Amino acid sequence: MPIEILMPALSPTMEEGNLSKWLKNEGDKVVAGDVIAEIETDKATMEVEAVDEGILGKILVPAGTEGVKVNTPIAILAVEGEDIDKLGEGIGEEEVSAKAEAAMPAEAPAETKPAPVAAAPKIEVAADPDIPAGTEMVSTTVREALRDAMAEEMRRDENVFVMGEEVAEYQGAYKITQGLLQEFGARRVVDTPITEHGFAGVGVGAAMAGLRPIVEFMTFNFAMQAIDQIINSAAKTLYMSGGQMGAPIVFRGPNGAAARVAAQHSQDYAAWYSHIPGLKVVMPYTAADAKGLLKAAIRDPNPIIFLENEILYGQSFDVPKLDDFVLPIGKARIHKTGKDVTIVSFGIGMTYAVKAEAELRSLGIDAEIIDLRTIRPLDLDTIITSVKKTNRLVVVEEGYPQSSVGDFIANQVSQRAFDFLDAPVITIAGKDVPMPYAANLEKLALPNVGEVVEAVKAVTYR
Amino acid sequence: MTEGSPLSLHVPEPEVRPGGTPDFSNVPIPKAGSVPRPEVDADPKSIRDLAYSIIRVLNREGEAVGPWAGTLTDEELAEGLRHMMTLRAFDTRMQMAQRQGKTSFYMQHMGEEAVSCAFRKALNQGDMNFPTYRQAGLLIAGGYPMVDMMNQIYSNERDPLKGRQLPVMYASKEHGFFSISGNLTTQYIQAVGWAMASAIKNDTKIAAAWVGDGATAESDFHAALVFASTYKAPVVLNIVNNQWAISTFQGIARGGSGTFAARGLGFGIPALRVDGNDYLAVHAVAKWATERARRNLGPTLVEYVTYRVGAHSTSDDPSAYRPKTESDAWPLGDPVIRLKNHLILRGVWSDERHKQAEAEILDTVITAQKEAESHGTLHAGGKPSTRDMFEGVYAEMPPHLRRQRQQAGV
Repeated sequence: MPIEILMPALSPTMEEGNLSKWLKNEGDKVVAGDVIAEIETDKATMEVEAVDEGILGKILVPAGTEGVKVNTPIAILAVEGEDIDKLGEGIGEEEVSAKAEAAMPAEAPAETKPAPVAAAPKIEVAADPDIPAGTEMVSTTVREALRDAMAEEMRRDENVFVMGEEVAEYQGAYKITQGLLQEFGARRVVDTPITEHGFAGVGVGAAMAGLRPIVEFMTFNFAMQAIDQIINSAAKTLYMSGGQMGAPIVFRGPNGAAARVAAQHSQDYAAWYSHIPGLKVVMPYTAADAKGLLKAAIRDPNPIIFLENEILYGQSFDVPKLDDFVLPIGKARIHKTGKDVTIVSFGIGMTYAVKAEAELRSLGIDAEIIDLRTIRPLDLDTIITSVKKTNRLVVVEEGYPQSSVGDFIANQVSQRAFDFLDAPVITIAGKDVPMPYAANLEKLALPNVGEVVEAVKAVTYR
Repeated sequence: MTEGSPLSLHVPEPEVRPGGTPDFSNVPIPKAGSVPRPEVDADPKSIRDLAYSIIRVLNREGEAVGPWAGTLTDEELAEGLRHMMTLRAFDTRMQMAQRQGKTSFYMQHMGEEAVSCAFRKALNQGDMNFPTYRQAGLLIAGGYPMVDMMNQIYSNERDPLKGRQLPVMYASKEHGFFSISGNLTTQYIQAVGWAMASAIKNDTKIAAAWVGDGATAESDFHAALVFASTYKAPVVLNIVNNQWAISTFQGIARGGSGTFAARGLGFGIPALRVDGNDYLAVHAVAKWATERARRNLGPTLVEYVTYRVGAHSTSDDPSAYRPKTESDAWPLGDPVIRLKNHLILRGVWSDERHKQAEAEILDTVITAQKEAESHGTLHAGGKPSTRDMFEGVYAEMPPHLRRQRQQAGV
């Protein structure tokens, strides 16, 4: 039997390397211990030694090939008397792909396609879909965009339904479910008893049974009593059941401060939920993102926390008029390109960033604004790339300062782009107090445009 | 009491504490066969008494009597006896394995075998249980491989849950056994949601929710009753009242309510109380409740009156809070012995056959145990794959997790 020579691993973490040179040719006789090839990684160069005796029958990966995955067969060693011309015939697609599968994540079938030289694992999130030139843009409120997303997905998939307090007869406490009862009926637009804990649990159970529930919380502030169902059950059951049972479910509703609703109704939960493996956390700013991401969230097989904002509901943005506009979860959007400083924000935090940017322009500062859109999984690559260009970073959010989303970003940037930073990262968050009721105090407790401008001036040494 | 005199707090106390003489004289036990069997579509208002009595089939002599008798053949009963004996042997071996350090934790069923073993026989393929941690009889009686249960307990290389869950927290979608939650009672409302989904889909499957007496205090239990009642969910809401929630006796959770079953009455949910140590009674009640669900008549609340003979778990010593001889005094007896005596009376079983069956079952369990141990135990042999640690967090692996896995070198 011919023996496959596999791409060796230089270290336990090595996944691939370059095959720089063959030191033996096809037809050469080799004995155990002979150096037959050289491979290199970013760290070192290594010699490949023959383990068995025989004739180097066939070279499967030519010299100079980059990104050869560990355990890919690189050559075939024939033992005495074998016909070297026929070697490699059995090592066709099936065997190689089976090996590649064993070495590769099972969820990336595209990367395990049968080829002797597997491509390097691309760790990349899909980009936004191209919007064809000439697509009509329709000015739409965030409220309408969310409703349209749900309605489209409910038309598309009979298993999608929405439940929550006041979602049916009343058309939603904030009118997000406007018209859904009329179109889809009481079977799929369900008014529930007043127990967030109860209907979150019912939703998790329904998701386990194969439905696609959209659970509306009147506000995420009321979802505190449902957090056990969200974190301990929805987020963990797929894992705990050994992958047998998961909860494809969307928990959505307004999050964060509105106006004059005080401490128990004004909290931002972005950082809370972003802490939890198993959850995805989406927090859109524009109507287009609200629509495209809610549609993606409803189709996603995982539990999704979809954080909206009452103040944004009535704001209008352009939404492309397309039959099926779906955006990728986990991909940040560059709201505006710039070269002097990177401002990262999300959700309503974007309103401060956008207003600050206009003011900064008048000061001659060209800011790049990144809208995260998804908090978990976080698109750090887009942030790092931007910081490497601008060398300065300011993060803006409404939540509390300790263990904030901005804290995590600052930490990651300091680890991955420290040498690119020309100034300390500044994180802007709400004040560290429960939200007061009085208008003057409420305003003070939240971030403001002036703070963003000052922060940018500080990091650009103006 | 005069106005202005100080108030005092009432804390329920069990009848007896360690050192005392067990006394169950306050637990009224109705005669077997004395409780009527209503039609499944009876008006819930007309059967409220059933929440305060105890449905029993096997009498003291081992005869099956009354309107709830006759749901199973002799062969089915003999099979049921084998299931209970298997569960008991399984428990004995796994309890011992824990003491030998082969697993960190175990929970046995001693005294409660009839509840889950008999209930399982009233379910169909595709129905879903949302169990708590003392219903392994659902798996044993449902034909789930014992080796897989042991692999899970040992957290070895064949663990179906890949080393991610506490011992005994089995999960099998195929066998209608939802993953067990360590946070008590979350599964109760999820069962209602699952059942509602089945109804929304116009499916035919039903759900069964399980909770212990103590965990009925959780708000999930009450929310579940609200939803089950409002939407008439096709679900059987089971409460296993084994008298003890670790060290707190059932009176702590029950308070002034007459029975746990009676909790259903305020919601308009038909509520039955059944002798949990009577395999025939459990099965008859399970049939009744599952038929109600299947006929879209809505939920049923069932309280199984039983007794936890063993410790709560391998981490518990019950002698600290109840008399050691209390289980001997339990008036409803041992479910295995009661069914065995019934089958002997029927002439289809004997002491010799029982002994022989015990030996065969023990042999089967030991064979399974040997196989499981060949794949590793807690501290020795095959382990769950490190690669798997990163799988199943999401339906598909996000980039940051793939990066972490690369860093872990797997």
